[in-house]
Amino acid sequence: MAKKLIMDIKDFSFRYAGAEKPSLMSINLPVHKNKVTAMIGPSGCGKSTLLRALNRIHDLYPGHEYQGKINLLNSSSGENENILDIKKENDFIKLRQRVGMIFQKPTPFPMSIFDNVAYGLKLAGIKNKTILEEKVVSALQGSAIWTEVKDRLKEDAMGLSGGQQQRLCIARAVALRPEVLLLDEPTSALDPISTGAIEELVTELKKDISIVIVTHNMQQASRLSDYTAFMYIGKLIEYNKTDKIFLNPKEKLTEDYVTGRFG
Amino acid sequence: MKRLIINKIALSLSVLSALIGLVFLAWILVTLFSKGINSLSFSLFTQDLINGGLRNLIFGQFLMALIATIIGVPLGMMAGIYLREYGHGKYANIIRDLSDIMMSAPSIIIGSFVFVLIVEPFGSINGWAGSIALTIMLIPIVVSTTDNMLSLVPKELREAGIALGGGKHQVILSIILKAARVGLMTGILLGFARIIGETAPLLFTSGTNSFWTTDLNNAFPSLTVSIYNLANFPTDKARDLAWAASFILTMIVLFINIVGRFFTRDKG
Ligand SMILES: Nc1ncnc2c1ncn2[C@@H]1O[C@H](COP(=O)(O)OP(=O)(O)O)[C@@H](O)[C@H]1O
Ligand SMILES: [Mg+2]
Repeated sequence: MAKKLIMDIKDFSFRYAGAEKPSLMSINLPVHKNKVTAMIGPSGCGKSTLLRALNRIHDLYPGHEYQGKINLLNSSSGENENILDIKKENDFIKLRQRVGMIFQKPTPFPMSIFDNVAYGLKLAGIKNKTILEEKVVSALQGSAIWTEVKDRLKEDAMGLSGGQQQRLCIARAVALRPEVLLLDEPTSALDPISTGAIEELVTELKKDISIVIVTHNMQQASRLSDYTAFMYIGKLIEYNKTDKIFLNPKEKLTEDYVTGRFG
Repeated sequence: MKRLIINKIALSLSVLSALIGLVFLAWILVTLFSKGINSLSFSLFTQDLINGGLRNLIFGQFLMALIATIIGVPLGMMAGIYLREYGHGKYANIIRDLSDIMMSAPSIIIGSFVFVLIVEPFGSINGWAGSIALTIMLIPIVVSTTDNMLSLVPKELREAGIALGGGKHQVILSIILKAARVGLMTGILLGFARIIGETAPLLFTSGTNSFWTTDLNNAFPSLTVSIYNLANFPTDKARDLAWAASFILTMIVLFINIVGRFFTRDKG
């Protein structure tokens, strides 16, 4: 495999603080650059746990245990860094600027639409007003929400519809020009039309950003993703190109799941 | 069938007890209104107690409550933020329990405590002591409000801030407090309404004063303490003044409460 991996999860295990058993066991999963990788599997199998390890948001709460490696490619030097080695607050912040995250429920901040998108940029140290404005506008344009909000940038983001809020959250993450974007069931709280808009947007974004998406929806996984990982009770059962997983799975368990026999 | 009957009985009993409560509340308010309004006059607001007015008392009561708010709100909020956002485990729980106990401590005890702590060493009752007694009453209210209101902010909002490269403090200051601001404001207002009507913590800390003063090192005018004194006076004039003072105090507390509720209703 000569293709570029933006992230590479190696022999990764994870145990929540105070939990008896690990929630993830020896996961090996590559994340291809500028592709969409989908994670599927029955609820509780560890999809969110794995996704949340990729920007180490778990570390917001103390006491979790990691094992193995999660490499993140440094595109300029071509070297891999193991993000599990990160210890300093500053390096966490850098990691999260490089690896963005979108949650299941939209999480607009209680401030204006403009300020929502500017939030991460300001944290990243951008103070110049003109540059800030440019970046906010281009993030909103790039997230297929510009025409809907361009006349109300000063209004409270809470006033947007659920689907618009979710696209705003994507714009907010995209504004930082992350290398990877993690999405945890980003459409499961949305109506079909908003879902369609987000799916289109994800396909658009992968030109610049590598995407990992957790989804419950088989059609969504097959429509959107280039690669699919099927997980079951804390283990990665099968990983392959998406059409292989859906049309010609190697494992019986995968076949049963993607054909809807359980899950 | 049996369950239906029990249900009906329980419902009637609750309605009945609610009614009894309301009757007494209405009774108190009606008495207060009829007696208070009769004794009300414009000069109450322009004269001090020594000349038969209430001006210095209203001012003193407000000032001590305001000082308590200025000192108590930041302290209480910081403690509340610590408990909700940083404190984990036993240590935080002990502080939380202590704060809850403080909140239900009889206010006369807090008055005695401040008497021993400040009034005795200082040598006389004074306005600072009264303000501090009110501060001690207010802090646990603010702690618990902050703790509760922050707990209503979904954890996803914190995570979203962190995921955008925020540090924990930045996220708390710029997002979480903002998301909880309506609840926090309401809680602070209700806390203010609570302490402005207190008598016991002031009784032997600030005492009261018949004259106009802004000097907190002296016995300080207090509406509630004066109500207590006037009500025990044998003359009709003093009692009328006590009614008027009670009426005004009730209006103030009612007004602050209504403003507080209005906030919550407006923004959820
Ligand atoms: N904060 C937590 N503490 C302890 N266990 C957790 C926590 N969050 C999730 N788990 C457990 O980890 C397993 C995987 O959960 P999760 O990753 O949320 O599954 P999925 O996203 O695939 O539905 C489940 O068994 C769940 O109960
Ligand atoms: Mg999940």
